[in-house]
Amino acid sequence: MTPFTYARAADPDDALRLAARDGTAYLGGGTNLVDLMRETIAQPARLVDVSGLPGAIEETDEGGLLIGAAVRNSALAEHRLVRTRYPVLGRALLAGASAQIRNMATVGGNLLQRTRCAYFYDSDGSRCNKRAPGSGCDAVAGFNRNHAILGASPACVATHPSDMCVALAALDATVQLQSAQGARTLPFAELHRLPGEHPERDTMLAPGELITAIALPPLPAAARSTYRKVRDRASYAFALVSVAAVIELDGDRIADVRIAFGGVAHKPWRAARAEALLRGGPATPAAIRAAAAAEFADAAPLRDNGFKVELATRTLVATLGDLVGATA
Amino acid sequence: MSILDAAKGAAQATIQAAMGKLVPLAPDSWIPGGIPDPLIRRQHGVIGAALSRLDGPLKVQGAARFAAEFPLDDMVYAALAYATIPRGRIAGLDVAAAEAAPGVVLVMTHHNAPRMNQPAVFGSSPEAAGPADLPIMQDDRIHWNGQPIAVVLAETQEQADHAVSLIGATYAPEPATTSLAAAKAAGPQPGLFMGQPLRNEIGDAEAMLAAAPHRVDQLYRTPRHNHNAIELHGATIAWIDGGLVVHDASQLVSAEAATLAGVFDLDVAQVRVTSPYVGGGFGGKCLWDHQILGAAAARLAARPVRIVLSREGVYRGVGGRTLTEQRVAIGAEADGRFRALIHSGIAAMSPHNNMPEPFILGTRSGYAADSFSLSVETVTMNMLANTFMRAPGESVGTFALESAIDEMAVELGIDPIALRIRNEPDKDPTSGLPFSSRDIVEAWRAGADRFGWAQRSATPGTRREGEWLIGMGCATATYPYYRMPGAAARITLGRDGKAVVEVAAHEMGMGTATTTTMVAAERLGLPIDAVEVRYGDSIIPGAILAGGSQQTAAIGAAVIAAHRALVADLLKLAGNDSPLAGLSADEVGCEDGGLVKLDEPTRRESYASILDRAQRETVVAAEEASPPLELMHWSMHSHGAMFCEVRVNTVTGETRVSRFLGSFDCGRILNAKTARSQFRGGIIMGLGMALMEETQFDERNGRIMNPSLSEYHIPVHRDVPEIDVIWTDIADPHTPMGAHGIGEIGITGVAAAVANAVYNATGKRIRDLPITLDKLL
Repeated sequence: MTPFTYARAADPDDALRLAARDGTAYLGGGTNLVDLMRETIAQPARLVDVSGLPGAIEETDEGGLLIGAAVRNSALAEHRLVRTRYPVLGRALLAGASAQIRNMATVGGNLLQRTRCAYFYDSDGSRCNKRAPGSGCDAVAGFNRNHAILGASPACVATHPSDMCVALAALDATVQLQSAQGARTLPFAELHRLPGEHPERDTMLAPGELITAIALPPLPAAARSTYRKVRDRASYAFALVSVAAVIELDGDRIADVRIAFGGVAHKPWRAARAEALLRGGPATPAAIRAAAAAEFADAAPLRDNGFKVELATRTLVATLGDLVGATA
Repeated sequence: MSILDAAKGAAQATIQAAMGKLVPLAPDSWIPGGIPDPLIRRQHGVIGAALSRLDGPLKVQGAARFAAEFPLDDMVYAALAYATIPRGRIAGLDVAAAEAAPGVVLVMTHHNAPRMNQPAVFGSSPEAAGPADLPIMQDDRIHWNGQPIAVVLAETQEQADHAVSLIGATYAPEPATTSLAAAKAAGPQPGLFMGQPLRNEIGDAEAMLAAAPHRVDQLYRTPRHNHNAIELHGATIAWIDGGLVVHDASQLVSAEAATLAGVFDLDVAQVRVTSPYVGGGFGGKCLWDHQILGAAAARLAARPVRIVLSREGVYRGVGGRTLTEQRVAIGAEADGRFRALIHSGIAAMSPHNNMPEPFILGTRSGYAADSFSLSVETVTMNMLANTFMRAPGESVGTFALESAIDEMAVELGIDPIALRIRNEPDKDPTSGLPFSSRDIVEAWRAGADRFGWAQRSATPGTRREGEWLIGMGCATATYPYYRMPGAAARITLGRDGKAVVEVAAHEMGMGTATTTTMVAAERLGLPIDAVEVRYGDSIIPGAILAGGSQQTAAIGAAVIAAHRALVADLLKLAGNDSPLAGLSADEVGCEDGGLVKLDEPTRRESYASILDRAQRETVVAAEEASPPLELMHWSMHSHGAMFCEVRVNTVTGETRVSRFLGSFDCGRILNAKTARSQFRGGIIMGLGMALMEETQFDERNGRIMNPSLSEYHIPVHRDVPEIDVIWTDIADPHTPMGAHGIGEIGITGVAAAVANAVYNATGKRIRDLPITLDKLL
């Protein structure tokens, strides 16, 4: 770990002021950042602790939910309105990490989790464009069982590790940001980016920009939603594949459907193609499988992760099947 | 035979009730015609009771002082830098920034490290404990990806960790063999284990296989595994008056002290290694580079050093289990009798150690067959020295053998338990020796009954609940009885009626200190709380390796020898004024804190009275255990019948173990509670081996890519079902206490039982571990 200074922000303006200089990182629960600092992958000169900023969960006038960035993952998961109106979010949260980590981790920090690619973590012995831009990528031809099958680039095949973010992608959440230039709101789908030539950038945040809250739109359909995570052991493992799904039926037709995949790309993967194919059609296994096939038509599996296409397809069929009460 | 039921409980009451039973002294060897240890006949004593670990309260209070918790004045903290190439030379080491970093006391590299002798590599002599036949930080050569290249000492651990990250290294790489394919192309070599060739040929097995009406012939693969004890490897090291003191987490204090003496040109008496508590050993807590580097740096800095490896450091510097590729071929008659049993293959090894994962050991005595061809060959890779890991050989060997037997049962349409019993040998099939005890059939029957094996459908894929297919599998567990030479014990009996028993043994969480106390109390006729066992210190006479599951027998035999000497001394001290006057050791027993004539119990005198009259505060007896001659007369093994029920998800391929039962035949069980924990722990480790454990060794450069517990998967609580454990409790008449060591057998057979259950659930046979979901999609 590299020496750093620490300051605790009293409010968002204070946080922005304290973070005005280069080399500053915001600290939430520290469940990822502190690990990265121990491994010298992150070497901020200054930490501004924003875990004490207002962390409320409030119902909005429109019937949505406004979640402060400092809200702890465990508090969000157990919130009554999350459990009843957005079960996909509660389940995604509980699928992540461990109870102890969820008690520490903040919502804002969860959005900014960095990849678990082994080569990203091996700061001494491996090349990684995300960690050291331009150095190369040892994962492309190395261990890449956990890596991306969609949207990757020759520079980076890493995946985004968050479960919560997959649910937020499906729910069309928005992210509220604040900076010296003022406040702005970003659709969730535009927060994370694909690696392209610059895998060192995970998000569209500007330097020093602070996440202040997540807004969930009112979405009655989300009462019928769920999250399914597939992994190598029963708990405490990152998703090989996960599915967040919301579905609304009109008779035996799909009136609306929202699908996001985790574990398949550099960002939570909103399955727009599959959704478009399913809307207005029947919720049959065959239709869902065809929609998945369209979604994964461009999949580019690597040495170790070809199984993810079939696994994600099957998981989607089973997850939507469960939601509509049919057998997969 | 009796199968002990779950909880015996109320151990203290049992202990009280046990007092007042006279037991003769034990023989000090177990040769044909010899008498069994009389403690075997004692059925209502402490032995076998479910006694909680005596060190448990200290541990849960945090009061047990582990190696990295010894506070020493003026101590500095160490951190290591590791090489990032598999083979070559260090071209440049930039240590200026590290030396200038806050708190740094010393940066040690091959440029300034003190000159040290190469440690004697394990196996080269009885005292040798070195990890490899390599000099440590004496030159610029790199032998594996992860080799330590620098040591930083600083005033705090954080300062040392920071400074070590500032070290820059450049290399001149040389050609390296880091892929299995390249290693195989270079040609395999015959494997030697403890100096003996790993090869058995009986009859013409290939010809008999070819002629057999039923054949199974398959290749099984097991990956590398790394050690992940909860306690990281750590030591607190000081040079005191020219001598070296190492408080270590060690499972071989005596050999470690001897080897360190050789490295630093000291007399063995100048080196003291203590190891009061070890937070998990499993074969990994032996001598590695870090203790030697810590001692060297402490000498250079003239300050005590604490060195604790990071979790990544354990992967870089402490070897694990190597990979294997095993062929098992069985030729059988229609009735199931084996005509040919072939078990052969390769294990990868470094050029500098000698630990060929001996996966055929269990096969040598497992089943009867008309012909055998067994062999282990090694291929060489540039990698960290591989080493022992719980049941080296048997853990991975039983996966291959017991999977193949299940495949043969399917081929023949015979129940897999019946097939195993049909091939039960009446003597050791490869050595020809009689078995000292072997009641595996009893274990199979008791286990099958309790597990509900009869409800299993032999047809795969027939039991389904929702998305889940359910299957049952079984496998034989096996591990040898070992007792190594060199053990000794010292008993100090006081006028206060208390005894101190000292053995150079190790408590790594197994319950050794507790069972040793129980057995010693029983022999001495003392209550448990009158006996203190001291261990884990190289200044105690003798050497008792915590390996090969041999501590129980080794300690047992050493205490027997010391006990005999103690009683002889007591009888001498008793003199002519004692009711015991004129009696020899074989005419007396110990009871109620004194000696009693066996056939005339009114002739007795208490220890206190004898010492009082002799005006002695204590009497001390130290003795070496008898040589392990029993191993020359019998084939000595423990066994178990392992039963597993799995659920395999038809959507995702996820496998969850829903039930497990181990039915063991391991001689007499000394402590029902600690034994059950040992068996369960082994089974849990076996579940990890079956389903998730795998070291990711990057074949491009020999680097381990998952050196952390988040990426190297071991079972979490939710992966572990209720594990039922039963045992035959049939004493082996040819061992001390009738007992066998039980530390390792629990892991054996587990992976095969899981794989066989997965086959029963799905009809898919997975022959390469771990059984991850992608293999079942």
